[in-house]
Amino acid sequence: MLATSLLNPHKWVDNHADYLYAYAISRISDDEQARDLVQEVFLAALEKADKFEGKSSERTWLTAILKNKIIDIYRKRSSGLNNTVKAAEKEQEDFFYEDGHWREEHYPREMGIEDNDPLHNKEFNQVLQRCMKKLPELWLAVFTMKHMEDESTESICTELKVSSANFWVIIHRTKLNLRACLQKTWI
Amino acid sequence: MGPLKKIIYNCKRATFLIEKKLIDRLTIREKMELRIHLFGCSVCRVFDKQSALINQMVQQLFKSTKDSGAHLDDIFKQELQHRIEDELNKN
Repeated sequence: MLATSLLNPHKWVDNHADYLYAYAISRISDDEQARDLVQEVFLAALEKADKFEGKSSERTWLTAILKNKIIDIYRKRSSGLNNTVKAAEKEQEDFFYEDGHWREEHYPREMGIEDNDPLHNKEFNQVLQRCMKKLPELWLAVFTMKHMEDESTESICTELKVSSANFWVIIHRTKLNLRACLQKTWI
Repeated sequence: MGPLKKIIYNCKRATFLIEKKLIDRLTIREKMELRIHLFGCSVCRVFDKQSALINQMVQQLFKSTKDSGAHLDDIFKQELQHRIEDELNKN
């Protein structure tokens, strides 16, 4: 029996569907998959509705279910990619000389965004999103989980089966690539 | 190369420490290393500034979910609510 006093599934689509969809699409950038996810969340929620205790709001609860499903997708997308971390790294241009000094062609340069409120610069945001899509799946998964909900490093490593050493390699390379892509596209 | 020179030359290490600083915590030794490096390296200072900014922007990207304007079409929504009602009636 549903705890109907706490949940109102008759209104779920009206109240939460757009929110959940926007949440999903910003994290997985796949329209089809985002729609499927919204449906899956509602159906999964119905199944475990009796476990809802009303400790959080209906939306928070639904969002938590969605978040877990998104992590599942990250895991699936990046599974078996651990071996290709090395390959992907090689594909990326090498930013540094052997002694660790920047190669001149990769010098970070001012992009003119440092001081004038780029957070609200729509164009720059779009470039950022495009650059993120170019990252290898596993890197993007690690990066997104870190910044999406401030997930702990241990849980990211466990969820995505990445060693702690690889985690730091990925974090470092991701930023080098992302920044380089921004510079290349923006200037 | 002496240890100090190594710190001064190693931008790869410095950029790694910048990333570590942003999502974790540096040891006192690492903090010192980074400070010495950044003092003499304007290129990495640019990286430092931009890297923090990129993180902020990415976080903003996820937070702005609500006003992103992304929404589902009405037909899809109607069907979705039907699915839910069907499930509810099963019980």
